Amino acid sequence: MTTEVEGRVVHGPKRPGVPALEARSLTKHFPVHNGLRRGSTQFVHAVESISLALPEGTVTAVVGESGSGKSTLARMLVQLIAPTSGELLLDGEPVGTSAKARRDYTSQVHLVLQDPFSSLNAVHTVRYHLERPLKLHRRPGSAEELDELAKSLLERVALSPADRYIDKYPHELSGGQRQRVAIARGLAVEPRVLLADEPVSMLDVSIRLGVLNLLDELRERERLAVLYVTHDIASARYLADTVVVMYAGQVVESGPALQITESPAHPYTQLLLSAAPDPQREGTVVLRGRGAPPSLIDPPSGCRFNTRCPFAMDICRSSTPPALPVGDDQVAACWLHSPDHKPEAPVAPAP
Amino acid sequence: MTPTTPTTPTTARPSAAASTVGAPVLEIRDLCVDYGLGPKAVRAITDACITLHRGEVLGLAGESGSGKSTLAYALTRLLRAPGVITDGEVLFHATGPDGAPAPMDLLAATPAELRRIRWSQLAVVFQSAMHALNPVARVDAQLTDALKAHRAGMTSAQRRERAVELLRMVGISEDRLRSYPHELSGGMRQRVMIAMALALEPQVVIMDEPTTALDVVTQREIIEELMLLKERLGFAIIFITHDLSLLIELADRIAIMYGGRIVEQADARQLFHAPRHPYSLGLLNSFPSLHGERVRMEGIPGSPPSLATLPSGCAFHPRCPYAMDRCREEVPVLMSPTGETGERTAACWLQDGRQEVPAPLALTASPAAAPTASTPTATLPAPQRPAGAAPSDGSPL
Repeated sequence: MTTEVEGRVVHGPKRPGVPALEARSLTKHFPVHNGLRRGSTQFVHAVESISLALPEGTVTAVVGESGSGKSTLARMLVQLIAPTSGELLLDGEPVGTSAKARRDYTSQVHLVLQDPFSSLNAVHTVRYHLERPLKLHRRPGSAEELDELAKSLLERVALSPADRYIDKYPHELSGGQRQRVAIARGLAVEPRVLLADEPVSMLDVSIRLGVLNLLDELRERERLAVLYVTHDIASARYLADTVVVMYAGQVVESGPALQITESPAHPYTQLLLSAAPDPQREGTVVLRGRGAPPSLIDPPSGCRFNTRCPFAMDICRSSTPPALPVGDDQVAACWLHSPDHKPEAPVAPAP
Repeated sequence: MTPTTPTTPTTARPSAAASTVGAPVLEIRDLCVDYGLGPKAVRAITDACITLHRGEVLGLAGESGSGKSTLAYALTRLLRAPGVITDGEVLFHATGPDGAPAPMDLLAATPAELRRIRWSQLAVVFQSAMHALNPVARVDAQLTDALKAHRAGMTSAQRRERAVELLRMVGISEDRLRSYPHELSGGMRQRVMIAMALALEPQVVIMDEPTTALDVVTQREIIEELMLLKERLGFAIIFITHDLSLLIELADRIAIMYGGRIVEQADARQLFHAPRHPYSLGLLNSFPSLHGERVRMEGIPGSPPSLATLPSGCAFHPRCPYAMDRCREEVPVLMSPTGETGERTAACWLQDGRQEVPAPLALTASPAAAPTASTPTATLPAPQRPAGAAPSDGSPL
């Protein structure tokens, strides 16, 4: 779902009011140093001018292959990586750069990492992991209050009774329980925005849904704005209100989750959907657009997907397509949907 | 087996091109594997029975710790200490030097016998290509190594020719022959692994999560190629993965493992439309669908058991919504579910005919009852060149 502000297309669920977190034209170019050849620094164009709005009480999914820039985007949103250009707005206010502003920001926006086996410290108990952010950000008055707060966090992520878990070490917990502790630690600072970078991909299949349902409950109950970064479009469809598809550092399509999986408009989204495992599929898969994503040091001119796209036209190789409307709140950055460049064969309307 | 003259893959086994499922090629009977010895030993696999037929794709699905990789290592005798094979037999219908069948028990085979059939008749593709390929050896050296060991009659020029042919077979161009593994992408590395496994035209290829670390598009490409090669060369595959939704698409038959036991074995479509074991049902309900209404799914409550502290009776009973008293005490045996015959088996007391089977576990597998799938509808015109053709040469469409 999208809105257009000053010529920029802002991706993300459309809700009235000011979004909890907004990113404006975030761009990240990582420098690559060429050893001794000074002065010829190249750049990896990891994320190109992405604008995203995360209203409270919604889940936005960012879907893409490895190297598409989805994790870089999440890390910029949580200020672990400084963007090359672009700005962040928390509740409509630009985020300052002072130490205090940064500290306030970290208590509002929190990131849950992919691997709960390495994001928790093996030599510390669950209690330590939860009490540390509480001490730093909430400053409870007494030890009893601290203990109570830590236990209530565990209850909030459905690890109950909390007494059974609070003094355990990470190795005594299962993968799903560890990820719940990591989420509980994220909730300790009382964030408004929770960013989850592939939170279930390291977990066993049968417990993934439990963690996804937990994120959904947190969205509903605590009105969190959730960004769910994943490579699995089926789980994005399950959890998210809006799906944003990234390819080679750019957003190629975004729209309501069900709509985008029913009627994908961008050839890359179609490729991604046709490649996804689907037991209900009848017949064989026809993959359109083989090969691998391009190098981002010297990305293809025009549309970055043009080297793989079966529909590529001349214009795709020369100019970058703008985000064009293709349905209710759905946009696709593809020349095929532009009235001026429409191919001669008729384009079927989205069902 | 004495070295045979090198042949091209298409002429290697004239009968092998048949895509129909044939006679058994690998029979695993009552295989038990322990980790450790004595009273502290942990039983990783209990009484596994699987039969693999010629030209068949057998999927082995389960969560981490269910014993699926251990099974692969045990049957190829690659299991390292503290893993111990304590019981069972693995009958491999190998081909002798003269082409005549020469069945052998892999668990009783001597190291020399194993050397002869490994790679040439029974090959393995490991999960992590980055770790399975030698980082300091070029691709051609690794591809020709097995040829050198098994085909003493080949000259180095012939070996090189064969290496080029193998790479082409998996869709990699010849100029990659002198590359090191780190110069290849993840998908290409996995393709090299598959090419290596197929170098000597084995009858059975065991694939341990071959595509888990890859992106979906690359995964789909590799699986497509693999299925084409299987049709052409006629080998059988044991495909190990945790991704049941993928397995249903590509496997002929699926065995589901839980807590070191096979809990259900069935035809892939049957398993998808009509699972008979509550764990299979739970697993199927753990994969969100790409079609239809969005419904809340619950997955399976709890988490997979540790093999060291397996629950009594049926290992799944603490997570099972249908658990009965009997499930807590007696270990269910693999049996044909109520009212069914054939090769289909499930290890669940619900299916022993003494009580009514809960409706979700008693569905019929008839295609009419199956939900019809709607493939994602393309809103774009069809490409104006044959599907699968290389991207445009620059001419406008």
